[in-house]
Amino acid sequence: MASSPHPYIANTDEDRRRMLDAVGVASSDELFADIPLEFRIGGLDLPSALSELELTREMADLAHKNVVAANGTASFLGAGAYRHFIPSTVAHVVSRGEYATAYTPYQPEISQGTLQTMFELQSLTCELTGMDVANAGMYDGASALAEACLMTCRITGRERIAVHSGVNPDWIEVVRTYAFGPGLAVDVVGDTGATDQHACLAVQQPAFLGGLEDVWSLGEAARAAGALYVAAVDPISLGMLTPPGGYGADIAVAEGQSLGWPVNYGGPYIGLFTCKSDYVRQMPGRIVGRTMDLDGRTGYVLTLQTREQHIRRERATSNICTSQQLVGLAATVYLATVGKHGLRTIAETCYHKARYAAAQIDALAGYSVDLSKPAFKEFVVGCPKPPAEINERLLERDIIGGLDVSHLVEAGMLVCVTEMNTREDIDRFCDALAEAGR
Amino acid sequence: MTMTDEYVSLDPQSDPSPAGVGGKLTFDRSSSGRKGVVLPALDVPESPLPDERFLRDDLRLPEMAQNEIIRYFVGLSRLNYSVDTGFYPLGSCTMKYNPKVNEDVAGLPGFAAVHPQQPATTVQGALELLYELQTWLCTITGMDAAGLAPAAGAQGELSGILMIKAYHQGRGDSARRKVLVPESAHGTNPATAAMAGFDVVSVPCDADGNADSGFLAENIDETVAGMMYTLPSTLGLFDREVGRIAEMLHANGALLYGDGANQNAFLSRARFGDMGFDVVHLNLHKTFSTPHGGGGPGSGPVCVKSHLAPYLPAPVVSSEGSGFSLTRPPKSIGKTMAFHGNFGVLVRALTYMKSLGGDGLRHVSENAVINANYVQARLKSAYKLAVDRPCMHEVVLSGSLQKKRGAKTLDIAKRLIDYGFHPPTIYFPLIVDEAMMIEPTETESIEALDAFCDAMLAIDRECTETPEIVKSAPTSAPLRRLDEATAARKPVLRWQPSA
Repeated sequence: MASSPHPYIANTDEDRRRMLDAVGVASSDELFADIPLEFRIGGLDLPSALSELELTREMADLAHKNVVAANGTASFLGAGAYRHFIPSTVAHVVSRGEYATAYTPYQPEISQGTLQTMFELQSLTCELTGMDVANAGMYDGASALAEACLMTCRITGRERIAVHSGVNPDWIEVVRTYAFGPGLAVDVVGDTGATDQHACLAVQQPAFLGGLEDVWSLGEAARAAGALYVAAVDPISLGMLTPPGGYGADIAVAEGQSLGWPVNYGGPYIGLFTCKSDYVRQMPGRIVGRTMDLDGRTGYVLTLQTREQHIRRERATSNICTSQQLVGLAATVYLATVGKHGLRTIAETCYHKARYAAAQIDALAGYSVDLSKPAFKEFVVGCPKPPAEINERLLERDIIGGLDVSHLVEAGMLVCVTEMNTREDIDRFCDALAEAGR
Repeated sequence: MTMTDEYVSLDPQSDPSPAGVGGKLTFDRSSSGRKGVVLPALDVPESPLPDERFLRDDLRLPEMAQNEIIRYFVGLSRLNYSVDTGFYPLGSCTMKYNPKVNEDVAGLPGFAAVHPQQPATTVQGALELLYELQTWLCTITGMDAAGLAPAAGAQGELSGILMIKAYHQGRGDSARRKVLVPESAHGTNPATAAMAGFDVVSVPCDADGNADSGFLAENIDETVAGMMYTLPSTLGLFDREVGRIAEMLHANGALLYGDGANQNAFLSRARFGDMGFDVVHLNLHKTFSTPHGGGGPGSGPVCVKSHLAPYLPAPVVSSEGSGFSLTRPPKSIGKTMAFHGNFGVLVRALTYMKSLGGDGLRHVSENAVINANYVQARLKSAYKLAVDRPCMHEVVLSGSLQKKRGAKTLDIAKRLIDYGFHPPTIYFPLIVDEAMMIEPTETESIEALDAFCDAMLAIDRECTETPEIVKSAPTSAPLRRLDEATAARKPVLRWQPSA
């Protein structure tokens, strides 16, 4: 009886026989004849195939070994990846094979779904950030910041990058990785540290440790140095906070994961990337533009492609090719679903709950929070014991505590509160902190 | 350039739209007061808001009812061609079937809800998975160590080239300014080398798309840091000289970088590590079946020989007695992303590999290569072959004969759309006139290949009999050909309210 080797391979041995006859070879081995003999191998030392049932059991066993914020376990972890409510609309759209199993829309006549949703994302990102133009997304917020810094060096011809000390240290490290190749210097600076040697001053709002920066005076410091002003922002915060277009940013980037996407142990995420229209031709990444077809009907195409690697090769603005389009689609559906008022509600909810939590924790014996500092959804808690020790105690009570930042702030724990944390969660967290601190 | 003089404002009301959904955006569909979802009421007391200057005034986002949102995005999805809806032989992109079980596994809350900053003790399942994937990839490529952090093939390339840079610098060898890149290479290769601060030396290719060995002999010296080499070549051929190229580079202190985007071709048949490659990147969204997502997310792990392992991008997963942990290689080039790579994609890739097992991976390459050769055999009477000998995972045809009859490769590609197929990659590789790069993948049946070949042969006849039909294609797609020149000259890159 004819048989195919696996459900993912359609052809049976009989089909293969017919095909090999058509090709005019006796066996498939002849088709691999170009591989030099000394490099040919007979197989790989790997486990045997699993049935779908065995496979799902084995993978579910691995999944069960992880502790996650579900089924009664609360989490107060943020620091660059955020748990936010994801409406059902998002997964149902994103899981459609028509979106998920297509590729880069090089053939616009049969890719309008992808192209129009990319144009939507660009438009929504511009509205959110108050910036002129956006691309269709980068790998994540950190690599978007790195590409933004490289872009300012191309624009200014300067070879030093200034990153404000309030920026996420992991993001600064990614900037350094990208700067290593072209030999650019990266300086981590204070409020007035940008000089006329610097191509840009990159800041983060809110800062990594949660506080709101004086982004106006930082912008002035950048301009005084003749440097471009780059802002990294939390897109959820833009439901209530002044967007980077409102404080003179030349380029603004964001981690888009918060917009309708799970935390996924760190990826895939999406970097949002925007700039002033003057700089659009220096932008990295895919950009979609509106146009018309031969019959005058509106449609969308990839545009300004002479910036890109497949056309410009070594003179491209970046080597980026495949990015994170499906995550961008999620952000698009998310923003359409929560809409104008929903995003403001979510932002304000995060704000009020974080303030509530901060005040409750500050009142606990041995703990302190600087309540005078304006903040959004994260804040640093000064702990009476090493934060790692406290976190272990919290885990025993089904609570994932905040990030241990004691290397940055003495006995500091960076706590994040979003709309996902109920008042009960917060109160339970406070009780557990009090106990763990004793 | 200012917003007012360069940006054309279109009136959405007069906008004829394909299939009733295109053109008009969420903003145009918005109606004040509608909502897509209800959020819980605040359950804590309100606090005073920050100083007014921190607060924005208006936020211009759409307001739509949930039903409208779903119809809009589902309607748009139907304007897309996808692997789930048809044959998608886009060369070099490996548009194979994306197994559904991979999606279910990646969506398990035990994976999707894991926070990247959680302590190692709480993420042992995730780390074990990553460690296992590193092991599988090392076995498949014949390399000593793997790093899973790069987000996509191009970031894997950048990581690999930065590692080569750091390796030479670490040996006090800073004179190596050049990276050799064959002209048949993927566009990302020269862009990557330039991004890493190297001078790109373009290597001419022989008729098989292989690097010209005479040119290499003359140009490999102590100023060369390394060479980026795509295997199989973009002509779908396996370079029989690859071992000798590695020896030439190594004899001059240079390293060999492998672009393993198309590892699909020789899975379980040969290994990069055995052939002398020092570092290779893989595209998990190609060879290992994760969905392409309309342009990502992908994943581009790098696999290296032991001398480059200390330079791997951070973090990598280590196994000790007490369990698994994220560690930083001692001379790491650093992080390429904020966290540990595209985990969700990595989960799918390992799920795929376990489904196939070692033997299944060998069937993958066998069937991918048979399918490509079958297409070649069926089409070579009508279309000129770039090279007339057995190919590997893809076959490159030229539309040059058809062009003489009046319809060029672009027209043939567009006509394929009318026949219900996604066109192949066209005008690449650059070294083939009127190129069409067809990669059927192993997941397609002989019936699907026959239907595609029948269409290609019918179009060939049309090029003689009715070339105007080919040149005006497509006519059955949601839109006809689009004006890309105007799109680039007068960019409209975002929605604007009509004046």
